[in-house]
Amino acid sequence: MLRVEDTVQVPVEFSAALVAQFDDIVSRYPEGKQKSALLPILHLVQAEFGWTSPQAMDKVAEYLKLQPIEVYEVASFYSMYFLRPQGKYVLEVCRTGPCCLVGAEKIMDHIEQQLGVKEGEVTADGLFSWRGVECLAACGFAPVLQIGPEYTFYEKLTNESVDQLIADLKARGK
Amino acid sequence: MGRKLLLEHINVPGINTFDVYRSKGGYASVEKALKKLTPDEVVEEVKKSGLRGRGGAGFPTGMKWGFLAKPEGVARYLVCNADESEPGTFKDRYLMTHIPHLLIEGMIVGSYALGAAVSYIYVRGEMMPQIRILEKAIAEAKVAGFLGKNILGTGYSLELYVQPGGGAYICGEETALLESLEGKRGNPRIKPPFPAIAGLYGCPTVVNNVESIAAVVPIINDGGEEYAKIGIGRSTGTKLISAGGNLVKPGVYEIDLGLPVEEFLYSDEYCGGIANGKRLKAVVAGGSSVPILPANLFMKTINGDARLMSYESLSDGGFVSGSMMGSGGFIAFDEDQCIVRNTWNFARFYHHESCGQCSPCREGTGWMEKVLHRLENGHGSMSDMDLLVDVSKKIEGNTICPLGDAAAWPVASAIRHFRDEFEWHVSHASEAVT
Ligand SMILES: NC(=O)C1=CN([C@@H]2O[C@H](COP(=O)(O)OP(=O)(O)OC[C@H]3O[C@@H](n4cnc5c(N)ncnc54)[C@H](O)[C@@H]3O)[C@@H](O)[C@H]2O)C=CC1
Ligand SMILES: Cc1cc2nc3c(=O)[nH]c(=O)nc-3n(C[C@H](O)[C@H](O)[C@H](O)COP(=O)(O)O)c2cc1C
Ligand code: SF4
Ligand code: FES
Repeated sequence: MLRVEDTVQVPVEFSAALVAQFDDIVSRYPEGKQKSALLPILHLVQAEFGWTSPQAMDKVAEYLKLQPIEVYEVASFYSMYFLRPQGKYVLEVCRTGPCCLVGAEKIMDHIEQQLGVKEGEVTADGLFSWRGVECLAACGFAPVLQIGPEYTFYEKLTNESVDQLIADLKARGK
Repeated sequence: MGRKLLLEHINVPGINTFDVYRSKGGYASVEKALKKLTPDEVVEEVKKSGLRGRGGAGFPTGMKWGFLAKPEGVARYLVCNADESEPGTFKDRYLMTHIPHLLIEGMIVGSYALGAAVSYIYVRGEMMPQIRILEKAIAEAKVAGFLGKNILGTGYSLELYVQPGGGAYICGEETALLESLEGKRGNPRIKPPFPAIAGLYGCPTVVNNVESIAAVVPIINDGGEEYAKIGIGRSTGTKLISAGGNLVKPGVYEIDLGLPVEEFLYSDEYCGGIANGKRLKAVVAGGSSVPILPANLFMKTINGDARLMSYESLSDGGFVSGSMMGSGGFIAFDEDQCIVRNTWNFARFYHHESCGQCSPCREGTGWMEKVLHRLENGHGSMSDMDLLVDVSKKIEGNTICPLGDAAAWPVASAIRHFRDEFEWHVSHASEAVT
């Protein structure tokens, strides 16, 4: 399993294009309420770097003129922000009641078996991790999974469609 | 055939684009409201419609709009609650995916009625595809002159933004949502004050569900009185029901409130019956937070009356023999489903989603999950059921927000109606392990 301690602590730089996106988000709120931009900015950061690293969070704090703790406490409250590195593709399968009525647990077992890693772990090639998440508001099309950063959605999963998806992502590679 | 006020054009190819939506009569309510009605007249129509909040609490929308404080020189906001995370509920995501302009149209009319110059649609962060869809729809509406400065030359200006959440069920609770929109952890605030008095940035704010805001469109087009003719009693209008679980045809259905549950479950127009020729065992009628009912009590009230899909009929019998309309998240369980396992699954959900501010909720949901887990896995004892009921009672009513109640009710009702199944898990411990 990949651990924060093992990752190279590269200093994070925000590109001009990324900062331009930040600026655009900040412009949506009244003067002085730039903290409202925090959640959307963390999503952009995660899309860019794969996770919200401490270095990236410090830079966000600097940009929004917040204390770093204000960023950490938010990132750790919400389930979508990764506080450690993940596989390039994180398969997030709904594990809540309605999906389980139509086989979500079996799908998770199958994914675990196919990827050969437990929930939360990263495959050796760095390509995949997976986890169970709570109801994704698609219970009528269950079982379902999503893959960030665009949260592409896959419905009515079967073992076969999962195999196909994994094969496609492997072919797409790094 | 039920009327379709929201989903009438959902299958029209290209209805997600401005041009097609407009060609089907879209944005007429904006023209009517902004050009012919004063903001107060719009509020009046919504009051007449009897529309009740579709987010789950069923609070009359027009009354809430009427409560909005209007101090001089202070901004007011309309915030759309598109955080949809209640297990079993998927109507808002469906609506935003397929007919995004309906929500935009309702937001413009609502913002005009409330005097908002800036409004936000708070969408749960996982719905990134829907966020993109809404952003595109907003851009189209702006180009067409329905958003931005001086809309349709009426002098009314509105900026509309989409805000993503970060993944947290609690942010559907309106005050947690506002905290989150301010860039903070989603910890609910103590009410009162209600957002109508002090909401976003401390300013008067109305928070409404996606479906409530969409319903304003037909209400303004046809008039509140016409809308109120649909439905039964205080359950007026049409309602989107998210139907999932073991059904032949799961999906989102628009029903006239008052439709008999029998027809909803078994007719081909709606759910088409229970999948794989099995029998119905239980129903959760309004999202995971409402009490579960065994099939017989769901189909007929304790007095033998056929149950209807309305706020009043679904709650007939109170918590002893009834349930609630809630968010309209309809979950059907077939005869093979294990109530203990499902109850554990829901308990895990609420434990995971508790924001942790109040100890009865934070600790109690953890206890319930633990006890249910041991029951499900064959390590429970006969006293566990009473223990669970006791814990649920200690949570209920003792917390800042209703998530605590929402966690307690499913457990208490499952034990009330399916106690024998829980006991079986204890007496047949080795067989119970799956
Ligand atoms: N759609 C979903 O995904 C979910 C929905 N829910 C539903 O949420 C419901 C609970 O929601 P709450 O907002 O806590 O209920 P609530 O009854 O406190 O409030 C309902 C609405 O009416 C307004 N309101 C009530 N009294 C008011 C007053 N005197 N002045 C001004 N405004 C007033 C509130 O601000 C709120 O917008 C549950 O019944 C449940 O069904 C729960 C979880 C998820
Ligand atoms: C834990 C919890 C979660 C909630 N989640 C949602 C939600 O996802 N969507 C929603 O519209 N209302 C949700 N609500 C209800 C809101 O607090 C509020 O009543 C609603 O947004 C008001 O809109 P309405 O009057 O149009 O229904 C939730 C309430 C609680 C207690
Ligand atoms: S009841 Fe639970 S979710 Fe609601 S404020 Fe208290 S701890 Fe948070
Ligand atoms: S329970 Fe899986 S999407 Fe709702």
